[in-house]
Amino acid sequence: MKTIADIKAIREKMQAQILNRDNSDANAETRIVVGMATCGIAAGARPVFNELVEQVQNRNLKSVKVSRTGCLGMCKLEPIVEVFVPGEPKVTYVKVDPAKAKDIIAQHIVAGKVCVDYLVGEE
Amino acid sequence: MRELSLHILDIVENSVKAKATLIEVTIEVKDGYINIEIADNGTGMDKEFVKTVTDPFSTTRTTRKVGLGIPLMKMAAETAGGNFSIESEKGKGTRVYASFLINHIDRMPLGDVAETITTVLYPDIDFVWTVRDENEEFVFDTREVKRELDPVPIDDAETMVYLKSYIQENIESIIGGKNL
Repeated sequence: MKTIADIKAIREKMQAQILNRDNSDANAETRIVVGMATCGIAAGARPVFNELVEQVQNRNLKSVKVSRTGCLGMCKLEPIVEVFVPGEPKVTYVKVDPAKAKDIIAQHIVAGKVCVDYLVGEE
Repeated sequence: MRELSLHILDIVENSVKAKATLIEVTIEVKDGYINIEIADNGTGMDKEFVKTVTDPFSTTRTTRKVGLGIPLMKMAAETAGGNFSIESEKGKGTRVYASFLINHIDRMPLGDVAETITTVLYPDIDFVWTVRDENEEFVFDTREVKRELDPVPIDDAETMVYLKSYIQENIESIIGGKNL
């Protein structure tokens, strides 16, 4: 069973990477934001958030940050995921589920191609 | 909400918005009930507002006039043979308590507690999560975890994935396999 002491191993493994990251430009970070208000949570935002985190970890994407926000004002389109790639316009994905979250990482974040099927206008 | 742990997540986000720096969540399985308590040291509410928060048409939001988090949790508890209460003091914090009769047909499943915990790993807010039954207790204190991790942030993807499986393994013997 994992214990709190094992966390030290994580720290040692990651410390060097963290230091490297501090030297890089903070503005170069891609942000992925998941709506996590009552509407988002009820629609399934929590598994979407965790899938995004898992994909970022699996693919070792060091300049990508997954975080939460409140209600984005389009409750019926939740779960909503916003992607902020530096130097590009914000992209808003709607009705996201864990499978779509996986695609967003693979196609948009890694390959740089917006997943047009999951955008609000394509409803 | 399909899971009790989603209600917890929702109420915890209220604490976050109330600028809490410490949020203590207890999930207790005892005498046929699941008891859930969420206590924060956030801004709190004045007496008049607390009286109205279980009403869906009461909210601090300025964008619209409904707030469903607390009414939904109250309804979930009361339709599952349990109780709901909320206490708050301006400047001190808020405490939400809900109980659910385990064998009630309308009780929602407890759901994924580990995933709920890792969804709210904030670098600047601390949590003490306690999961217990009559025999066993697991405490996840982010202050302790952050000390061990320093300078690695608690909300880094790799840390989060690790902590999720760490929490999952440790709460399994308390809440796993009991049809909760």
